[in-house]
Amino acid sequence: MASSADKVFAPWEDAYEQPLIRFKNVTKRFGDFTAIDDITLDIYTREFFALLGPSGCGKTTLMRMLAGFEKPTTGSTTLDNKDLANVPANRRPVNMMFQSYALFPHLSVYDNIAFGLKRSKMPKGEIPDRVEEMLRLTRLQKFAKRKPHQISGGQRQRVALARSLAKAPKLLLLDEPLGALDKKLRQDTQFELMDIQEKTGTTFVIVTHDQEEAMTVASRVAVMDAGVIVQVATPGAIYETPNSVYVADFIGDVNLMPGYAKISGSRAVITWAEGQPPIYSKTDLTAGTKCTFAIRPEKVSISEEEPGEDVNKVQGKVLDIAYLGNLSTYHVELPDGKVIKAQVANERRIANRRFTWEDPVWLSWTDTAGVVLTK
Amino acid sequence: MRRLFLIAVPYLWLLALFLVPFAIVLRISFSDIALAIPPYTPTLDTSEGVWAGIRDLVSQFDFENYEFLTGDDLYWKAYLSSLQIAALSTFFTLLVGFPIAYGMARAPQEWRATLMMLIILPFWTSFLIRVYAWIGILGTEGYLNQLLLSLGLIDAALTILNTQIAVYIGIVYTYLPFMVLPIYAALERMDESLLEAAEDLGCSRTSAFWLVTVPLAKNGVIAGCFLVFIPALGEFVIPSLLGGSDTLMIGKVLWEEFFSNRDWPVASTVAVILLLILIIPIILFQRNEQRLREEEDA
Amino acid sequence: MRRFSWFNATSLTLGFAFLYLPMIILVIYSFNESRLVTVWAGFSTKWYGELAQNDAFLDAAWVTIQVAFWSSTIATVLGTMAAYVLVRGGRFFGRTLFSGMVYAPLVMPEVITGLSLLLFFIAVNLDRGIVTIVLAHTTFSMCYVSVVVSSRLVSFDKSLEEAALDLGCSPFDAFRSVTLPIIAPSVIAGWLLAFTLSLDDLVIASFASGPSSTTLPIKIFSAVRLGVTPEINALSTIMIGLVTVGVVTASLVIKRNVARAEAEARAAAG
Repeated sequence: MASSADKVFAPWEDAYEQPLIRFKNVTKRFGDFTAIDDITLDIYTREFFALLGPSGCGKTTLMRMLAGFEKPTTGSTTLDNKDLANVPANRRPVNMMFQSYALFPHLSVYDNIAFGLKRSKMPKGEIPDRVEEMLRLTRLQKFAKRKPHQISGGQRQRVALARSLAKAPKLLLLDEPLGALDKKLRQDTQFELMDIQEKTGTTFVIVTHDQEEAMTVASRVAVMDAGVIVQVATPGAIYETPNSVYVADFIGDVNLMPGYAKISGSRAVITWAEGQPPIYSKTDLTAGTKCTFAIRPEKVSISEEEPGEDVNKVQGKVLDIAYLGNLSTYHVELPDGKVIKAQVANERRIANRRFTWEDPVWLSWTDTAGVVLTK
Repeated sequence: MRRLFLIAVPYLWLLALFLVPFAIVLRISFSDIALAIPPYTPTLDTSEGVWAGIRDLVSQFDFENYEFLTGDDLYWKAYLSSLQIAALSTFFTLLVGFPIAYGMARAPQEWRATLMMLIILPFWTSFLIRVYAWIGILGTEGYLNQLLLSLGLIDAALTILNTQIAVYIGIVYTYLPFMVLPIYAALERMDESLLEAAEDLGCSRTSAFWLVTVPLAKNGVIAGCFLVFIPALGEFVIPSLLGGSDTLMIGKVLWEEFFSNRDWPVASTVAVILLLILIIPIILFQRNEQRLREEEDA
Repeated sequence: MRRFSWFNATSLTLGFAFLYLPMIILVIYSFNESRLVTVWAGFSTKWYGELAQNDAFLDAAWVTIQVAFWSSTIATVLGTMAAYVLVRGGRFFGRTLFSGMVYAPLVMPEVITGLSLLLFFIAVNLDRGIVTIVLAHTTFSMCYVSVVVSSRLVSFDKSLEEAALDLGCSPFDAFRSVTLPIIAPSVIAGWLLAFTLSLDDLVIASFASGPSSTTLPIKIFSAVRLGVTPEINALSTIMIGLVTVGVVTASLVIKRNVARAEAEARAAAG
């Protein structure tokens, strides 16, 4: 028992696991515009799957295909191995939480939640119990009789969630569910969403442009750009080992250093700037090529003295300091004008910080701190 | 299936009661008057088959009525004077309407709903009664003449009723809400910090009005002018109640050709030409509206 | 707190005086004792009494109300359908012609609409009477209804309908249980507008009516061509009074609803 609970949830690594949703070579065109370009993607039961990308990347179109509001131009989508092509939106075991919440303004909170149940096969007598259960789950019991305009934004968001969960769908779609909330409330709600997902065991697919949100809630993240999926992986893998410059740049802050890699054993030796020593980095590459070395600012150390142990080190002077309270980001200018960012936790008070503008400093990192990207 | 029903019902209704009737007007405008029932010739004779009948009918069509209309001074004058009356009264409505719209837009917030209601109220009141009210005011023994005579401002009663002046007053009065509302909408939307910015940048109050307020109200003014000009051009009630026999307006000419002279072909031709004249402002108006929508979307 | 400037107060006073004085004079003189309408001879309500005795006016009023009720009701159904088709119907064969026909009657001079409908009724051999006036009024007022309803539909959040479909509604069920209740105020406004337009119309009714079906505006028009009469003043006063009560009540109801909604929104946010 204990061993199965300890097992990491990763059905995508299990070759015998059947996916709940399968996109197979799906393309969607609106006139001349290709919104979705030949996407193949599997999503598994109980996953909390995030579609992440800038606006216009096709993530919403992909989700609306699952809801039944768009049809693929070519390719197929299946749910539980059943083709969805000819199933209209109102016959799918899929519910959606809309970006605008789309709460019916003429109905009370209670009637909004009961709306879908009244149109399901559920016997009339069981509906009130189910609505009560949903109200309890989302802590809305006190507001059952109110109309949507009589409650706050956060409460509306919970009504929308309760309404879309009420029919116990196999799949719940969330379109920018927290976009309308302010930052503090958004963070609290993220955990609430994860909690509810775990309690109900429903598969969630969330569309968002907020990378922090995707990283917080999702079991896997698909990073999209211009109608294609660039990378699908767990949040940790996306952050630590992005597969392309696009993903590295889209998620979090990063230093990008274009150069040329030569292979020496399991390490790449990257020439990247004249007058600077090459960068050594562990890599899977087997042949030399043009590449970009990417390293997160928090993986770059900053010191007054020349560091001894690290493989990679460069010298420069402090150009700018972005003070964020808990962290500071130092922008260090190298002699040739290139700027590298290093992020440091502020363990001392601001008055006692070690470096200030124009100070000469050393930057250093190990050969496993960054990644070599060829895309 | 339901979608088809939804489209078909209003579509067929409009085809039958809007497009077909207009096709009939067009068809009769190519015919000649006759002492018969119906009072025009030729009529469709299907005794030798429908297609032969239609061919025969079309072969007898002519542009005689159009030639008659363009040849006769009366119709020329009626069209020109309709255009003149419509254009001038649109201008006067703008002169009267703009200060009202401006005053409303600059009124204290809590007053605006009431002022708005006061502008809309006459619109719901019978048009006919509003025109009728002026007969009693403008007549030779009307309230206006009584007032002016008793104040000693004039020596003899003025003749206003049954002149073009009365028609101008009538049009300005009845169409005023159509001018005020779009201008008010444009001015009310205007961000007042724009005026403060203009003054901050060195404009006087007057020049800020001309350089900021007026250009921003332009769209409302254009919309208002079309909304007054288009219906004024085909107006019938106002010239026939206030204009007397001297005022020539094309709506009145059409009415008289049909009801008094019983000349259906000429009445139809008058209608077709009026519509041709109206098409230009209507298309300009539609373009303007579309441009505004696109600006709003952008 | 902002106040009226001298200039604005003057232009509003003059403007509203221009709009309302003629009607106020009409109302005052409807209580004039004398038949000479321009000479005040003391207060009297006798013209209202005479009006109540005038069967021709009462008959015409009854015809007008029937026509207005039926034409505005049919126009509301057709106009709402047309608006829905235009805003939500997507593309279909002849859409441009359809939208042209929906909006054209708004700018069409009444004399042309009236003439063409009369010639049509004659061509199809339809006897002129209440039915033809209802048909004529429905045709032009459905366009006003569809303008009012479609402006509401355009601003209607489409995801509400999608949410209904998503929760298991058929498209028709979604329209009936979500769209219609939300656009209801604009449908009612459209009906009121159509009703008023029908009550008010002289020109189209003159073309479409037969000898047995005279509407009130036709009756008033033929009476006032001969000049001002105290009975017409009394009739006008009654009509102005009804409209005033209606509009003032409606705007008070709207004002109260807006105030309540604002208070609730504040309470919800707070």
